[in-house]
Amino acid sequence: MNDIPTVWDWTGNLLDGLRITLLVTLFGTLLMIAIAIVLGLMARSHRIAVRGVARVVIEFFRGTSLPIQLFFLFFGLPLLGLRFEPLACGVIAFGLNYGAYGAEVVRGSINAVPKPQWEAATALNLSAWQRMTRVIWPQAIPLMIPSMNNLFIQLLKSTPLLYAISLADIMTKAEDFRKAGGDATLMYLALMVIYFVMAYAVTLLSNMAEVIAKTRLGQHAGLRSVFTFSKPKPAEEAKLVDASSAAGGPGGAR
Amino acid sequence: MNFDLEYAGDILPDLLVAFVQYTLVATALGIAVAAVLGLLFAVIRQLRIPVVTQLLTAFIEFIRSTPLLVQLFFLFYALPGMGVTLSPMMAGVTGLGLHYACYMADVYRSGIDAVPRGQWEASVALQLPPRMTWQRVVLPQAIRNVLPSLGNYAIAMFKETPFLAFITVPELLHQAQEVGANTYEYVEPFALAGLIFLAASYPTALLLRRLERRLETR
Repeated sequence: MNDIPTVWDWTGNLLDGLRITLLVTLFGTLLMIAIAIVLGLMARSHRIAVRGVARVVIEFFRGTSLPIQLFFLFFGLPLLGLRFEPLACGVIAFGLNYGAYGAEVVRGSINAVPKPQWEAATALNLSAWQRMTRVIWPQAIPLMIPSMNNLFIQLLKSTPLLYAISLADIMTKAEDFRKAGGDATLMYLALMVIYFVMAYAVTLLSNMAEVIAKTRLGQHAGLRSVFTFSKPKPAEEAKLVDASSAAGGPGGAR
Repeated sequence: MNFDLEYAGDILPDLLVAFVQYTLVATALGIAVAAVLGLLFAVIRQLRIPVVTQLLTAFIEFIRSTPLLVQLFFLFYALPGMGVTLSPMMAGVTGLGLHYACYMADVYRSGIDAVPRGQWEASVALQLPPRMTWQRVVLPQAIRNVLPSLGNYAIAMFKETPFLAFITVPELLHQAQEVGANTYEYVEPFALAGLIFLAASYPTALLLRRLERRLETR
């Protein structure tokens, strides 16, 4: 009989699992953003058919619970002749579910851009495309980021569900550890700390993105630090320096 | 293979029983725990007791940014090692309640912050003891303002009850999986489970939106 493993012995396994978790989080987030933008724009269309489709899709994916959607994708769809890899199942389920929530954020933020901005863009004879890309979106993006950050973290926090669709994510590795007789308390605490650090990193990135987006608008002082864990003033100022130097760079082009 | 209506009709009663018996009960108990605990957290934070408040804030942030599933597993699999054994349902309700209490604490806090300064000052001028100030002046106004947000978290919690399936609570998702495993027909049980959730959460969300609008106009 082997020795009882310690959390330290399991570091390699956890890192393997973490890679899968991060992969699904990353692609899930990208899909979520894409779906949020498409559905969000559709939901403010003037055509009732387009708006209706968007509303039905949004309410459907918001209303049916995420674990059920995931299970449907993983267990149900293959029987209907459509089989996805577990990894793709995770990405699709997270992307669709949180994309539907994100669509409301996109819609709300675009609607929150003051009406005179739209009128001014029209008065300046900007095309519809220019009006959106040059005037409306740059102002809507900083409004979206705090709520989007919340959704990114929700998505990240849902990734342990991958354990249920036989994907070797970090939760699965932790469960293997428990089943191998390891100290479950320590492992779950370690897992929570890992997730906490990741969530914190996501928040920091979002805050930076917000500062960058606002700096481009010339509103860099107006920091809304609702989602910061503590409110470290000097750190914010440090980010401001980053932001202003990166404003014209690739980080600012969104 | 297609959607088999007859089969769906056969399994629907079982699913509904699991839904009412476990999902709805867990939701109701979870909301009760979260609402009370959240209020307690918010008031303690507002009282600014030196060390307690900081510890509580750290705890809330930690719970909020770690996955519910890990917390549930902790309660269900790790606590027995420390001599506390909870039944699956107890662990589930505690996990849901604690997790959402941390969200609701912030909602309550925003409600408390939104109560005008003058209300506090008036309470002092009237020589109301702190207990009365909270009970009769601040909280009734604060809670009324944040009722829709609390409701939204209640719906969010409702949609996370399927997580309890993973700690062996035989709620809707668990039941759907069991039914599917017996017949190898997974499409209908999961589709029905999703529709049951939609049928329960969407009307509630609409009601909340109406409540929100009514509270705004006053």
